[in-house]
Amino acid sequence: MTTATTPVRTAQRPSAPAVRARRKRPSLRKRLELVLLLGPALLVFAGFVLVPIGIAAFYSLFQWNGFGPLDRFIGLDNYVDAFTGTVFQGAIVHNLIIAGLSIVVQLPLSIGLAMLLNRKLRGRAVLRALVFAPYVLSEAITAVIWVLMLQPNGFADQVLKGAGLGGLVHQWLADPGIVLYTMFAVITWKYIGFGIILLLAGLQGVPAELREAAALDGASAWQTTRHVVLPLLGPTIRIWIFLSVIGSLQLFDVVWIMTLGGPANASATMATYLVDHGFKRYEFGFGSAVAVILFVICFVFALLYQRFALRRDTQGALTRMVS
Amino acid sequence: MSLKHRIPVLAALAAVVPLALSACSGGSDAPAQPSGPVTLTWWHNGTTDPIKSIWEKVVADYHQAHPDVTIKAQPLQNEDFPTKVPLALQGAEPPDVYQSWGAGDLASQITSGKVADITDATKSWITQTTGKFGENWQVDGRQYGVPFEQHFVGFWYRKDLFQQAGITTPPKTMDELNTAVSQLKAKNIAPISVGGKDRWPDAFYFNYFAVRECSVDVLKQSVKAVKLEDPCWTKAAQDLKSFLATQPFQTGFAGTPAQQGAGSSAGLVANGKAAMELQGDWEPGTMSALTDDKQLDSKVGWFPFPSVAGGQGDPAAVLGGGDGFACTTRASKACADFLQYLGSEPVQTQLAAQGAGLPVNTVAAKSLKTDTLRAVYDYGTKSPYLQMYFDRAFPTAVGAALNDAVASMFAGQGTPEGIVTAVNQAAAGNK
Repeated sequence: MTTATTPVRTAQRPSAPAVRARRKRPSLRKRLELVLLLGPALLVFAGFVLVPIGIAAFYSLFQWNGFGPLDRFIGLDNYVDAFTGTVFQGAIVHNLIIAGLSIVVQLPLSIGLAMLLNRKLRGRAVLRALVFAPYVLSEAITAVIWVLMLQPNGFADQVLKGAGLGGLVHQWLADPGIVLYTMFAVITWKYIGFGIILLLAGLQGVPAELREAAALDGASAWQTTRHVVLPLLGPTIRIWIFLSVIGSLQLFDVVWIMTLGGPANASATMATYLVDHGFKRYEFGFGSAVAVILFVICFVFALLYQRFALRRDTQGALTRMVS
Repeated sequence: MSLKHRIPVLAALAAVVPLALSACSGGSDAPAQPSGPVTLTWWHNGTTDPIKSIWEKVVADYHQAHPDVTIKAQPLQNEDFPTKVPLALQGAEPPDVYQSWGAGDLASQITSGKVADITDATKSWITQTTGKFGENWQVDGRQYGVPFEQHFVGFWYRKDLFQQAGITTPPKTMDELNTAVSQLKAKNIAPISVGGKDRWPDAFYFNYFAVRECSVDVLKQSVKAVKLEDPCWTKAAQDLKSFLATQPFQTGFAGTPAQQGAGSSAGLVANGKAAMELQGDWEPGTMSALTDDKQLDSKVGWFPFPSVAGGQGDPAAVLGGGDGFACTTRASKACADFLQYLGSEPVQTQLAAQGAGLPVNTVAAKSLKTDTLRAVYDYGTKSPYLQMYFDRAFPTAVGAALNDAVASMFAGQGTPEGIVTAVNQAAAGNK
C-alpha cells in the first residue's frame, strides 16, 4: 500500500501550494458560489425527499386515518403488523421473485440479444428500434395493452392457438398460480429494450483489437465471449443489475393497472400493498410504515451494492468522497 | 380510469408533504359563514356524460337563480376521491361541496372537524326530498350530507340468451337460479359475468347472501358494532362457497375488470357473451358505452336477488347505496341550499330522464328512461329494508378487508369462517 500511495503523493506535491494559496484568498467567494449553486438544489432535495421521508417515518408511529389529529401513538406496532401480516410477507416474496427472475432470465436474454444486434446484419437499425420500442411506452399504456391481449380467448391466446400451442393457453390474469409470472413477462417485454440498449453501449467499449487478438490466439467464439467480452461488459452488467433490482423492489404501475395485486393477493407487491392500505383504506399511519420499510429495503440494498458490487466501477468517485 | 392510478412510490411519499405543510387543525373554529357573494368549490365525479352535462347546466342555472352564489365545479375521477379528500380535509382550503357516499367513509371524514353538521340547515326539506334514504348520510343522528341518487343491486340479464336457453321466467329462488345456470351452460353460454379483478363486484354476492340469511335486526346491530357474531354471517359465506362450486361465472373471472372495455363483465353482457350480471342500476348506462348495440335497452331485463331457503333475512330486502354530497364548514349554509337545489324536481327529473341514475326525489321517478329502470326503482323504494353495501356501511378499512376476503374466496382460497374472521380482525385493527 505504501509503495502504491507514495508516488501519488509526490506527484501531487508540486501543485499542493498552489491549491492552498487559492483556497486562502477567495474562500468566501467560493463558499458563496457553493451556496448559490448548490443551495436551491439542496433545498428542493430536502423539501421533497428528506422531509417527506422524515414525515413518513413520524406518521408510521401512529394509528392514523388521515383525518383527525395525530393522537394515537402506537410505537412500532405498524411495523410489527406489516411484518406479521401474511399479505405483506407475500408481497415481499413477490418482489424478490421478480428481482431474482430479472437477473436469471432478463439478463442472459438481454446479453444474447445485444450481442446479436451488435453484429453487422441487415435491418439492424430497424431491429434495434423494434426491441427498444416498448420501453418508450408508459407503464400505464403497457399495462392496458396487455390487459386487452391477455383476456381469456384474447390476442395472446389466439396467437398461441394459431401456432399450434393451444395447450399453453392459461388464465393469465385470473390464476393465482400464474399471475405473478404473467406480470414478469409483461415487465420483461417492457424493459428488455432498455437492457439491450445499455449493453449495446457497453459492447461499443469492447475494443476490436482484443477480439482479434483472441481470435489470433485461436480462441473460439464462446471463449472470446466468456473471457474477453463478458468481463469487459462487467460494469454495464453490474449497473443493469442495480437498476433492475431497485425497479423490481418498487414495482407498482403495471401490477396495479393489470390486477390490483390480485387475484387473492397473488400479484401484490410492496408498493401495491402500500397504496391499497395507505390510500384505499385510510390507514395512513400503517401506509407510512410500509413506505418506510420499502424505502429502507431499497436504501440498504443500494448502499451495500454500491459498497461491494459497484466499488470498482465507481472507484474514483467513491474513494474521493469517503476520504 | 385506472390510468389515473399511476402513483409511483415516491409520489405516494411526496403526497404526504402537504399534510405537514398545512398545520393540523383540530377544527375547533366555529363555522363562520361568509357574508356577501359566495363561491362554492364543488368536487364531483361527473367526468362523463350524461351527468357531466347535467352538472354543467346545474352550475349555470343555479348561478342565474342565485346571482351571489358562484359554483366552481371540479370534476374528479371516482378513484381520486379516496386520496384527495383526506388531503383536502387536512389542508387549509378544502372544497365546500364534495362527493360523499355516506356511512363509514363519511364517519371517518368527520373526524377531521372540517365537515359541516348541516342538520339544522336541511331539517325543513330533507325528508320531503330524500325520504328515509337521507339517513344514510347521518352520523350519530346528525346530518352531514345529502344524497342525490340512490342505487339498488340486482341481476341484469339478456332476455335473448335466456330465451335461447329455454328459461321462461327470471329465477325467484336460489334453486331456480342454479337451474338457469345449468340451462345456460348446456347451451354453451357463460351464465353470469363478474368483474373479479375489482373485488367489489364479488362482494355483492356475499352481501346479498348475508342480507338473505341475517334478520334485519342482526344486520343493523352488526353494522353498528362492526362485528359479525351471529352464525348467519358464516352461513352466508357458506352459501357463497356452495354457489361458487356450481361454477356459474365466465372463464377467467378473477382477472376480469368490471367496467372497462368490451371484455369487462359489463361488456360481456352488453355484447351477448354472458347472460347475467349482479350489478347496480347504473349497469345499462355502463353497458351502452361498451357496445355498438343500439337496441340494448330492449334486450336487457332485471330481477332481484333470489330468495335463499331457510334464511332469516327478508326476501324482499335490497342491497344498495347512493351518491351524495357533503359540506365543509366554510360556507355550509350556502352549500346546504345548493344541495336542496340538487334534490329539487327540475334537477332530479333531468337525472332520471337522461339515465344518469335513480332519483331520490319521488316526483322525478316517472321521468325514468326505461320501464326496466322504473321497475328497479319501484322494487327498491318499496323494499322493506335497504342494506347499504357493507364496504360503505362499515368503516373503510373493514369494508376493504371484507371485499378482499370475499375476492380471495372467488379466486379459490379461504374458508367461509375466514371471511367472518377477516372482518372482525380488521375491525379490531389487525392487518
